[in-house]
Amino acid sequence: MLLPLFAALVAASTAVLIFAGGLVTSTGSGLSVPDWPSTYGWFMWAFPVSKMVGGIFYEHAHRLIASTVGFLIVVLAIWLGRAEPRRWVRRLGYLALAAVVTQGILGGITVLWYLPDAISIAHASLAQIVFCLTVTIALATSTGWKSGYIADPQGPRRIDDSVEAGLRSAKREGRHARLNTAPNDRTLQRVAIVTTAVIFVQILIGATMRHTGAGLAIPDFPLAFGDLIPPHWDSKIAIHFAHRVGAATVAVFIIATAGHVFAHHARRAELRRPAILLLVLLALQITLGALTVLSGKQFIINSLHVVNGALVLVTSLVLTLRAHRARFADTGSADAGSAQRDPVRGAGSRTRDDQGRSWTRRGARA
Amino acid sequence: MIRRLDVRSLVAAFGAAVALTSCGGGTTQTSAPAGSGAAPTAAADSAGASNVTGKVTFTGTPPKAAPIKLSSDPFCQNANPGLTAETEIVAPGGAIQNVFVYVKDGLGNRTFTAPAEPVVLDQKGCQYTPHVLGIQVGQPMQIVNSDDTLHNVHGMAKANKEFNTGQPIQGMKMTHTFSTKEVMLPFKCDVHGWMHAWVGVLDHPYYAVTGPDGTFSLKGLPAGTYTIEAWHETLGTQTQTVTIGAGETRDVAFAFKAS
Ligand code: HEM
Repeated sequence: MLLPLFAALVAASTAVLIFAGGLVTSTGSGLSVPDWPSTYGWFMWAFPVSKMVGGIFYEHAHRLIASTVGFLIVVLAIWLGRAEPRRWVRRLGYLALAAVVTQGILGGITVLWYLPDAISIAHASLAQIVFCLTVTIALATSTGWKSGYIADPQGPRRIDDSVEAGLRSAKREGRHARLNTAPNDRTLQRVAIVTTAVIFVQILIGATMRHTGAGLAIPDFPLAFGDLIPPHWDSKIAIHFAHRVGAATVAVFIIATAGHVFAHHARRAELRRPAILLLVLLALQITLGALTVLSGKQFIINSLHVVNGALVLVTSLVLTLRAHRARFADTGSADAGSAQRDPVRGAGSRTRDDQGRSWTRRGARA
Repeated sequence: MIRRLDVRSLVAAFGAAVALTSCGGGTTQTSAPAGSGAAPTAAADSAGASNVTGKVTFTGTPPKAAPIKLSSDPFCQNANPGLTAETEIVAPGGAIQNVFVYVKDGLGNRTFTAPAEPVVLDQKGCQYTPHVLGIQVGQPMQIVNSDDTLHNVHGMAKANKEFNTGQPIQGMKMTHTFSTKEVMLPFKCDVHGWMHAWVGVLDHPYYAVTGPDGTFSLKGLPAGTYTIEAWHETLGTQTQTVTIGAGETRDVAFAFKAS
């Protein structure tokens, strides 16, 4: 019970870290501490608070928060390694650990090498991947996920089309109808994956724009130099315009995904909620993006745009993963007889208990 | 800022930074401070001392000096209240300060030895003094932190090697030399984002920075035809060509307009 809570805490702290990182770039403080891993020669944690002046406040605070998150991820990886029955979740823990260590090193060398664009962009992008990993771990360890989002037979509100279809076919085949409310909706799965990928690409474009100083290359919004299409071009205007076209593309995909959820799975709360959230965050993100431009990159607005962008990404990721829930081997889904419906994991190699847990045989499989 | 990823300098910088004494590419030594470095030394082959003198003026309404928000560092707040941006300092009468005037072209293959006395760049009251300065390739630059706060000295060089060195303690000094000419090389303190200095690194001694009266003089030039450039951080550059005979002094005026 504690592990899911801790995993959620780690995910939340990663979001805080991304905000802190956004502040460093937005205030232009990246090089205010010239050395790394020390701070002006001090051991990081011994650097006096009274000396955290000017840009050092943001840069040093970012390092402290990052080390804390790094430490939390170490604990999480160890904890998962010892207590988590599912191998893929344990592996996600190790992967998150490797990613956050790499992230720290990228952050360090970008300082020592005076913020070369390529490394800074890689640092910004890997940050999003670390966040995706911690969110995925938090999701995979959550009770909802582990239960396979099983419908409450008494709760008809949660039954939707595909479930009803499943119920009917179960009845026909005379099976005991334990509901799997996370069936494979291929359309949803595909559109959700593409949406997540498009958002990630949009974030890469955003990072490139940010680190090449193209954030104000187009000074007006929603038009570009008073036109729909910029009347003149250079590389900065192009990357900036690409981010705006990207935003429109992201909007289309998010609306498509959410629309599909509302149309076909409106009663599946585990899909409906992230779909609603996604629309809200999208509106917020576009507003923050516009305000970033119109305020001339006010640093708090700018940083909120960065962190909210990350939230858009992970919300879409959560929706995607939940849409794929039925494909995970240990789904608590379905009736006991449907083990062979696990297309992804070698279902035959495991035994399950009533809740669909397969960990009893973990030792044997290892 | 778009910067090219230069693998060699990255590796060198990394090594230097690991040693935590990095000042990339330059040599770091201790040396005693000496007078103003902006005064050009005698040319190696000054046959008949010719001079170019002049004044840089500004026409139009000068922009109001923008106040700087110092609250992010209490030390600066107390040490230098009312500090304003030094971008365009125009005296009554239109004289403009902090213009770097130098011989851009015309010296041919002449070579000049670098003076041994250092040029001093001071960080005092969370401000660089001087704001604009010239130095010769190979001439030592002594960088001093006179403030009771932390500064990082970030030389954002393109032709020379970039460096970023911390001076967390009052009274700290470092000496840096530049290996190739670069006009202008910006200095920045990233702790105090408003702190900028501009350094003109040249391979000859014919440069000057205009003072409050807007005047400059380039002394001891050999006779010849020269391209003289006047550089200002926000107003841009202007060039003029002058021909001077041996022992002559020519007057050159530069006029910048409000943009
Ligand atoms: C809806 C999709 C959007 C997403 C997911 C998104 C995401 C991002 C992210 C993550 C960054 C920062 C990258 C980093 O450094 O880590 C960024 C930068 C930026 N975004 Fe967006 N953005 C979106 C829409 C918009 C819109 C509609 C605008 C309005 C023009 C906008 C304007 C900007 C600007 C100006 C920056 C660069 C800020 C700077 O230079 O510091 N974005 N975006």
